[in-house]
Amino acid sequence: MKLKTLKTFRGGVHPEGHKNLSKGQEVVPYLPKGDMVFPINQHIGKPARPIVAKGDEVLAGQIIAEADGFVSANIISSCSGKVKAIEERHVASGARATCIVVENDGQYTLAPGIGKVPHEGTLSNKDILDAIKAAGIVGLGGAGFPTHVKLSVKDPEAIDYVIANGSECEPYITCDDRLMQDENRGIVEGLRLVLQLFPNAVGVIAIEDNKPDAIQAMEAVCAGEKQISVQPVKAKYPEGGERNLISVISGRDLRFGQLPADVGCVVCNVSTLNAIYRAVHHSEPLMERYFTISGDAIANPCTLSVRIGTSHAELVEAAGGIKPGCNVKKVLSGGPMMGIAMSSLDVPTCKANNALTVLAEDEVEIADEQMTACIRCGRCTRACPIHLIPQMMAEAAERKDYEQYEKRLYGLDCIACGCCTYVCPAKRPLMQLFKQTKADIMAAKRK
Amino acid sequence: MQGIIIATVAVGVIGLLMGLLLITVDKKFKVEVDEKELAVREYLPGNNCGACGYAGCDAMASAIVHEEAPVNGCPVGGAAVAEKIAHIMGVDAEETEKMVAFVKCSGDCENAAARAHYVGISDCASAVASGLSPWTCDYGCIGFGTCAAACPFDAISVHDGVARVDREKCRACGKCVAACPKHLIELLPDKSPYAVRCSNKDRGVAVKKVCSAGCIACKLCEKQCESDAIHVENSISHIDYEKCIGCGKCAEKCPVKVITKRA
Repeated sequence: MKLKTLKTFRGGVHPEGHKNLSKGQEVVPYLPKGDMVFPINQHIGKPARPIVAKGDEVLAGQIIAEADGFVSANIISSCSGKVKAIEERHVASGARATCIVVENDGQYTLAPGIGKVPHEGTLSNKDILDAIKAAGIVGLGGAGFPTHVKLSVKDPEAIDYVIANGSECEPYITCDDRLMQDENRGIVEGLRLVLQLFPNAVGVIAIEDNKPDAIQAMEAVCAGEKQISVQPVKAKYPEGGERNLISVISGRDLRFGQLPADVGCVVCNVSTLNAIYRAVHHSEPLMERYFTISGDAIANPCTLSVRIGTSHAELVEAAGGIKPGCNVKKVLSGGPMMGIAMSSLDVPTCKANNALTVLAEDEVEIADEQMTACIRCGRCTRACPIHLIPQMMAEAAERKDYEQYEKRLYGLDCIACGCCTYVCPAKRPLMQLFKQTKADIMAAKRK
Repeated sequence: MQGIIIATVAVGVIGLLMGLLLITVDKKFKVEVDEKELAVREYLPGNNCGACGYAGCDAMASAIVHEEAPVNGCPVGGAAVAEKIAHIMGVDAEETEKMVAFVKCSGDCENAAARAHYVGISDCASAVASGLSPWTCDYGCIGFGTCAAACPFDAISVHDGVARVDREKCRACGKCVAACPKHLIELLPDKSPYAVRCSNKDRGVAVKKVCSAGCIACKLCEKQCESDAIHVENSISHIDYEKCIGCGKCAEKCPVKVITKRA
């Protein structure tokens, strides 16, 4: 193997990956047995509007809640059965959301028209965007931004990079890694569809160098491609952050408040691209996704192909359950860096949920008792991948000096990656403070 | 000797000039202070809490004198202050009702079920935003005392996981009402003896699961009330204090004892 220096960004941290736990397992589809729950707000933007009522029969692939407005997304039933209720339930974030509960008949009868090849000839750009919108596709990397909105940029000709994000940097999670090995063709086809929307763009598939199998699989299908290339990048957290990936691939830095399209880039997660391919070429709406169940408390950590709406409790069982004699200390929706602590497993898998991490007692160190005052060592500033000053932001946030936080320290640009909290020797809950402050400022702005 | 004389004269002249300058400035830039305003300001509590809607007590005094604010506009001072200010202004003070803050939750450590061990910033709003509540009830008091921290009068304290308001100290400025992320605090007339100590909008079965002291929306109170003052809306009982006569029949019948006589 030839040695070459890999590109990366300034800042960031190197948490232990723990990816070997679930990496080696073959991905099998998991068909849930229990009720399926579909929250109507699985995306950023306005919640979808339910178009079914209690008692209705629904089929797998049927739209059960329609996008309400432009920045919104359809909600698709991933099973067949009867609508049991439309009620408030808890979701993985701990909040409550209106959910459509479908009593799963276990048949998975598909709605008519799904799986057929829709177009023989060439597709127009509108066809592609319409198919993406109908399929209810949102950013599957975690943010859940409706994909048809992301791809409808003002000036498509100004885009010169479409970046496929295969830099799954969050520890424990291996779903994108597996997907790139299993569905490499789908990802490239999806990327080709997106490239059609942007005539002047080249496609770059960015993969961290700790996933050699995925790099190999993607390079195999990209061989001979002119417009599409695979770019290995250095394994570092948060390499897969949108801003960082843009700076690594295109060399452009996003200024405060800028969006990727402002610097001519569009970033899509590899799972989103695969979903685009399946929606456009096979008329298959977003019904399932790869999902990693990992952590040292899980008997058989693995990645499964999971139907959206499946209860997390069922997924833990599907992964062999909790190791016997294991004392579970922490359950996270997502990975340990950005994941959200959960108090119940009785929540559905949403489109943007990509992993469940269950940690045992000896793996978790509770920071609470060890917290001390800030010692102004500046490690957070060095670690911040978008070059903010977390120490000063925390001071401003604690005083509730929102003017300082927003205007002078650009605190709204914090991506909540958790690097500052990870390196803080005083164990201060910086990320929680910033998330809270951002929410407060946004709420005050809406008033 | 000559040096001393020059110095004395020079300093004397400078002093004279400065004195003249000060006199001119004082005459020219004189700020007219309304005697009334000073008098009104004297009676206002002076803690600048802002509950009246003005920037502070000085601004409030000026507003009262310019008849932009009512003489009883200070919720903190209450009837006593209103009367004195009315006397200065030469008008009759309208009767102001003393209000106090009330926390509509009785889910203390004994009644409410614990959900998770929350580790993080000890602030109710932060806990709510993180999605990890220490309690199973989605509506109840978190108990980290964000309201107590917001109270300028030290009237709120957290006992057993639930915030409690000291009626003597409370001046009804409403800061806690704004601070509570669960919107549990309401200003009630101080003289009303009964209040509903729950905010759970779920149905009875769901409430029973999470708290032994939650309103189950059985509507027994509604049936008891002779003055049509108590109603169950959104699965939670609510008293209309305009109509409530304080007979206490609702509290007597309440099976979960969520309507209580206030201490």
